[in-house]
Amino acid sequence: MVIDLDRCTGCEACVVACHAENNIATVGEDQAARARAMHWIRVERYYEGEFPNVKTKFMPVPCQQCGAAPCEPVCPTFASYHTIEGLNGQVYNRCIGTRYCANACPYNTRFFNFYNPVWDKPLDLQLNPDVSVRSEGIMEKCTFCVQRIKAGEVQAAAEKRLVKDGEIQPACVQSCPTQAMVFGDLSDPESEASRLARSNRATRLLDELGTFPKVTYLQRGSWHDNENA
Amino acid sequence: MTTKTPEQINEDLLRPLEGTSPRYLAALTFFVLVVLAGAAAFLHQVYAGLGVTGLNRPVFWGFYITDFVFWIGLSHAGTLISAILRLSNATWRRPVTRCAEVITVFALSIGAMFPVVHLGRPWLAFWLFPYPSERGIWPNIRSPLLWDFFAINTYLLGSVTFLVLPILPDMALVRDRTTGWKKKLYHVLSLGWTGTPRQWSRLEMAMRIMAVAVIPVAVSVHSIVSWDFAMAPVPGWHSTIFAPYFVCGAIFSGIAALIIAMALLRKFLHLEDYLLRIHFENLGKLLLVMSLLWFYFVFAERLTTWYGNGSSEMAVFWPTQSGSYAPLFWAMVVCNFVIPFPILAIKKLRTIAGTVVASIGVVIGMWLERFLIIVPSLSHKYLPYSYGSYRPSFTEIIITVATFAGLAMLYMLFSKIIPIISVWELKAGEVTETATAPALARPEQVRAD
Repeated sequence: MVIDLDRCTGCEACVVACHAENNIATVGEDQAARARAMHWIRVERYYEGEFPNVKTKFMPVPCQQCGAAPCEPVCPTFASYHTIEGLNGQVYNRCIGTRYCANACPYNTRFFNFYNPVWDKPLDLQLNPDVSVRSEGIMEKCTFCVQRIKAGEVQAAAEKRLVKDGEIQPACVQSCPTQAMVFGDLSDPESEASRLARSNRATRLLDELGTFPKVTYLQRGSWHDNENA
Repeated sequence: MTTKTPEQINEDLLRPLEGTSPRYLAALTFFVLVVLAGAAAFLHQVYAGLGVTGLNRPVFWGFYITDFVFWIGLSHAGTLISAILRLSNATWRRPVTRCAEVITVFALSIGAMFPVVHLGRPWLAFWLFPYPSERGIWPNIRSPLLWDFFAINTYLLGSVTFLVLPILPDMALVRDRTTGWKKKLYHVLSLGWTGTPRQWSRLEMAMRIMAVAVIPVAVSVHSIVSWDFAMAPVPGWHSTIFAPYFVCGAIFSGIAALIIAMALLRKFLHLEDYLLRIHFENLGKLLLVMSLLWFYFVFAERLTTWYGNGSSEMAVFWPTQSGSYAPLFWAMVVCNFVIPFPILAIKKLRTIAGTVVASIGVVIGMWLERFLIIVPSLSHKYLPYSYGSYRPSFTEIIITVATFAGLAMLYMLFSKIIPIISVWELKAGEVTETATAPALARPEQVRAD
């Protein structure tokens, strides 16, 4: 996934879309004030400069789907593991809730169900049937909308073809009004995401930790550089 | 030490087994009630969810893991110290070893409870057992939590064996002195001990093997507990010094707990003739060494962090040294060093009361140390956007308090069933005392008490 920070307006449409797609519980005001809100993707705000010359920077942060993810080896029950496709899978049924993965994650993109989730009527009717609802006591996190990836692969296999670049879109990518986010196959060097990830505007979050994050951020460069990348 | 006849020793040490006073029952009832309150709090937590704790994102570990590390650390009192004293043939150890080994077994059992108490789904804790199951999956051997599981179980098994073996001759002694149902009970507990030379030589050999075997196990346990933290790329945790630092802290808090337990036993079981000032003084010297070692480790760890000046490390460093966690940090330094050091270093202050005061300081200080390792790091992890804080809930506090009451309860029950001072070892000591002088004490000092 590639996220262009120069395009992000901080509208948080991705956050809302993610909640709707992935059956993420809204924990309510009181629990949110206790820092227990769950947003698989969040828009971090950073401020630059002194008042009145302040610039706000927005940075959407989903799970970085690290190549060498600190969350994976520490899980005693393989709830957190690396899939063949290179995603950081989270198997809810295996999770016993040690929360070690969340401590090991440098990005704080893992979330714990402190209580059983509740959906006020009629919100329960909009639950996505493709995504399991998580119970109290387990961890959850961004999956890059694995249900959409699987559906796309099944569709392509039925039509006896390969998945086309841009055919599969996670909910956040689909809902971004400024098209700041691009999703694609990084193992295909010709995909749009691979091309943008090679841009000289590309940075990776906390790259120095050696986690090999699969989310690339683009920022602060001329559009011209981007075109030549 | 006034020389006692074997009959007097039997009389004095087996007296606690013979009856209960109203004061004992009142204290026991109180502790049982506190333990029940803790159990109720835990059941409530299982029923309602971990939301009843003060945990949040990003501070996913709080009081429970602090308690876990604290109790596992406290368990290093016994078996390790007792094994070292046995191997070094320190004769003054004789009245000390059993009360030390009992602390190990109980503190370890309490500590081992906490990883389960803190789980999101504690009813699935058995998934850590490596057994072929219909789930078709083994536990993840790469996880430090699994190393913990094996290390703690090994240590528990080892220290229970280490405790039980030298109890057998005493059980046989009680068996031979009682009648009725008690005789039957102790007949079972003595596991067929008759005191033949063959049994004695086997016991001696077994104890020698166990004393050697249990030391590396004890060191490994707290190293692995430290790796729960050191293996995660969290600022303030990811440090190579953690394993020896934790082992040092564990022995430090362990000796302190042992001194407190011995002082209480001495007072309430009237063991003034057996637990002498020399025992407290020798243990006080050990505590002094550990206090200095602890200070050295903290200094080395803090200095390298500060000098390295990594931005994410400093985000944890400053709140601990001069920010919101500073009162706790400096209270820890006072409890672990400023109070115990002069008390234990000055000979006049190294009395029974003095060592107990120092030990209480150390136990409090070491609990704070574990808290300060866990919480400040988690609440200042890399991205400033998701910094957080932590405040324990009532549930966490009551469960923590209940475990202290739990140790007191178990200790009180144990001292009613089994003599808390090894009777046969003490008698053996009376015989050989004149031949081999106490390793750490001048002979005239022993007699002065």
